[in-house]
Amino acid sequence: MNDSTAVSKLNDDQSSVVVAGEPQIQRLRDHVIEIISDSGEGAQKCGQSFAGIAAKMGHGIWTVEIIPAEIEPPARSIEGASGNRIRVGSFEVANGGDEADLVVAFNEQVLLGRVRTGALKTGCIILLENKWRHHQDPAIVAAYTSTHEKLVADGYRVYEIPMEQICLQHTSTPQRGKNMFVLGMLNQIYGQDLELAREQVAFTFRSKSADMVDRNIKLLEAGYEWVGENFDLRFEIASAKREQAQIVVSGNAALALGIMASGMEICAMYPITPATSASHYLSEVFENVGGLVHQAEDEIAACAFAIGASYAGKCAVTITSGPGMALKQELIGLAAMAEIPLVIVNVQRGGPSTGLPTKVEQGDLLQAIFGTHGDAPRVVLAAATIEDCFYLPITARKIAEAFNLPVVLLTDANLATAQQPFPRPRLRKEWFAAPVDQSAIPESEVPYDWDHTTGLHRRFTPGQPGGMHTLTGLAHDRKSRVAYDPATNEEGLRHRSLKLAAFQKTLTKPEVRGDAEGDLLVIGWGSTKGVIEEAIEQLRDEGQTVASLHLTYMQPMASGIGDIMKRYRQVMTVEMNWGDRIDEELIDMENRRYSSLAWLLRARYLVDVDCWTEVQGQPLKPRSVAQAIRNKLTRGVTRV
Amino acid sequence: MFDPIEVLSPSVSDIDDDAYSLDDFEGVDSRWCHRCGNNAILTAVQKLCAEEQLAPEKTVFVSGIGCSSRLPHYMGTYGFHALHGRALPVAEGIKIRRPDLHVFVTTGDGDCCSIGAGHWLHAIRYNMNMTVLLHDNQIYGLTKKQVSPTSPRGLVSNTSPHGAHLEPLNPLAATLGMSNISFVAHAVDWVPSVLCDIIKQAFHHRGLAFVCIMQRCPNYLPDHFEEYIKDPERTVLLTHAQGLQVEEAVARRFKHREEHDPRDIDRARELANNRERVPLGILYRNPDVLCYEDVRAGVEHLSATDKIAALEREFDKFTVQPAS
Repeated sequence: MNDSTAVSKLNDDQSSVVVAGEPQIQRLRDHVIEIISDSGEGAQKCGQSFAGIAAKMGHGIWTVEIIPAEIEPPARSIEGASGNRIRVGSFEVANGGDEADLVVAFNEQVLLGRVRTGALKTGCIILLENKWRHHQDPAIVAAYTSTHEKLVADGYRVYEIPMEQICLQHTSTPQRGKNMFVLGMLNQIYGQDLELAREQVAFTFRSKSADMVDRNIKLLEAGYEWVGENFDLRFEIASAKREQAQIVVSGNAALALGIMASGMEICAMYPITPATSASHYLSEVFENVGGLVHQAEDEIAACAFAIGASYAGKCAVTITSGPGMALKQELIGLAAMAEIPLVIVNVQRGGPSTGLPTKVEQGDLLQAIFGTHGDAPRVVLAAATIEDCFYLPITARKIAEAFNLPVVLLTDANLATAQQPFPRPRLRKEWFAAPVDQSAIPESEVPYDWDHTTGLHRRFTPGQPGGMHTLTGLAHDRKSRVAYDPATNEEGLRHRSLKLAAFQKTLTKPEVRGDAEGDLLVIGWGSTKGVIEEAIEQLRDEGQTVASLHLTYMQPMASGIGDIMKRYRQVMTVEMNWGDRIDEELIDMENRRYSSLAWLLRARYLVDVDCWTEVQGQPLKPRSVAQAIRNKLTRGVTRV
Repeated sequence: MFDPIEVLSPSVSDIDDDAYSLDDFEGVDSRWCHRCGNNAILTAVQKLCAEEQLAPEKTVFVSGIGCSSRLPHYMGTYGFHALHGRALPVAEGIKIRRPDLHVFVTTGDGDCCSIGAGHWLHAIRYNMNMTVLLHDNQIYGLTKKQVSPTSPRGLVSNTSPHGAHLEPLNPLAATLGMSNISFVAHAVDWVPSVLCDIIKQAFHHRGLAFVCIMQRCPNYLPDHFEEYIKDPERTVLLTHAQGLQVEEAVARRFKHREEHDPRDIDRARELANNRERVPLGILYRNPDVLCYEDVRAGVEHLSATDKIAALEREFDKFTVQPAS
């Protein structure tokens, strides 16, 4: 918790916050800002708009959605915090950062929710709606005043602001327009261009009436002016000039764009958090590029539908999250066995079972690689950035069709809703799938004409004269006839497995970031990339010789990883899935359950790979990762 | 000179060299048991394909798992022998992508009414243009005699040694109880001419044609359907100008015949629920039910240039230009 003596109380005057005097501009490298409210009060819209303006200003940004589990949790509840975290920096920001530096809260209860999850920095600046102080319900007044006192006592720099009261001068429904007032306040505090902000508001409300747009712009200006006249906190973050146009989208929107750019034309899905928003956007626009989203009756049907569509034409995709992935596993085995191209996107959430539907975890790596009965080889890729969410569906489709197998693309709840600008892609026709082959099959050809070395074969598609055969999930011979004899079964297994080796030969050796050799190599995968790299930078600044290696190809892995590991005295993974802590009384080397990637690396490379994991449903913080690395370096264990 | 073409009868010389014969629809030899009712269904669909001159490469038989689901292997067309219960969603994926293909689904009472029951309900609702044949032998055959959801109460099987505990699920009544149905028929494997006629009507129906077929399992339930086969009281033949029309020679074999208008859903439900006297014919047909593939526009074949232009417009929405 916070040190109560750390920061002086700036809020002795309870009537208002007004701070007189010329504002002093504080120059910053980066700042983490949170805007939180009850659900439906528009904090998310405010946060997204603020991030959009920052991106336009040329700042590095990373946004994280703060989402309650319920659609409409009770008002003023600790669990109900809804909003956005924005990290703004003068550099390419690649993660949501550590604890927040400045928080805008629409009530004290949602704020308490954030305090209790440890989201706020010691001495964090809090801009708090103070209408609760004058509420007619004495219980609310009591809750507000006691919370306020406690926060002040704990050293937070709390500024009470009569937001709604000021908004009343501009709108009869201040509760609904307050978010734009707050946006204007933040624009002034962070020195953002007001004209850009007006444009952003006009864009945010583009589907609404001109009246509505005007009203919101007025509120924005009111917030801007109010801070100008009454409040003296000012921050300046240098902006990095960008040469190229940038795309600012969430990971799920990037995923949808990538699916369209890959030439896949059918997406079959079943609603599941946090994957569904990709399908929302895709449903809106897929038909413009000749595709369609099919909402199936269940996860299994969605996968079967995609397999049917792939079989009869171009590779199709199904998007899901952990529980849906588990349900699709038998069909993924069918796609592997019958060698049908298929892309499965798994936007990971907390598990097992229903777990943490709205929160992040990297718990599905092993089910992505191994999760079905028998040996069902598939390729598994993991997106580390928003940009990856765009490009990897294109890669996945190509691999699936070139090697006739299922390809799993892993993203997670953090990437799903986070926003980070990336250079606008130059679209290429070569990304699209080739037209469906309908040419006649020569009489000499058979449906599984496996190449002895690579395991590859040419797939026959319905409509091709002479290619008639029955595809089956049963063991089958080269003519696709059901075959139970021992030799044929091994022949099929061998060829399906060889395809992964053939694909693996196309991969380039991954590169480390940091020292080329040294005391510690940290290996990660997925959305933790930015956090790990920032922590490694920090440790190197402290004089340590450390590096990180981030993997995109999880199955198969590229050649050369073993050689890289040899160059470091110690190796450990940093992941967001469970790994037993070695300092526990019962845990030892013989029963420790390692985190997912650590298992894989230990098994393949016979290296004593340690792991540090945190599975709190929150994105990792650079500071925690840096501390774990520090502990590992100085004491040999990550937790002390 | 002797020209063989000249002297042949016109009917022979008219044969198109490209015409498909029954042989073109034969795949590997059937491995079903001797006298298995599935053979009658196989013959009926091969006959249909030949009569309708379906291009084998444009025809796909999709199945799940079970004795019924081996049928695609015995066809000379494309086939997709999928997973237990999952034939229907696979077939839907094929049809949405390729409306030009003739899609048939062969499934069993376990495959359709048990493990795949959820898909059955929704396939009816999607009403995609395909023919679904439910081989209902009222027993699990491939796994060796377990009770099925359509087994009659009291049936002794390996998993119901003291007799099946529950009343059976009636696939006809269940289907007719759903909304969005467009074609429901009932056939029996032991009256092949009517089976063929029904399958033909099902094939020509635009929408999902659901044909439930009572099918004998000589191995595990040898005399199970004898009461229907031997007792003329137990079957009613449904005919109608809008439904099935059978030759008098065939119709004469049935003691009970009914002129049933397949638009009459209420009567169709009454007929389906009467297990004492099973209907043989088309219970319901409504050609005006919406097909899913029609409203989903299908996949438009845009040029790559058009696709890129459409995508660029999407990117425009999210683009931040460098500050000038």
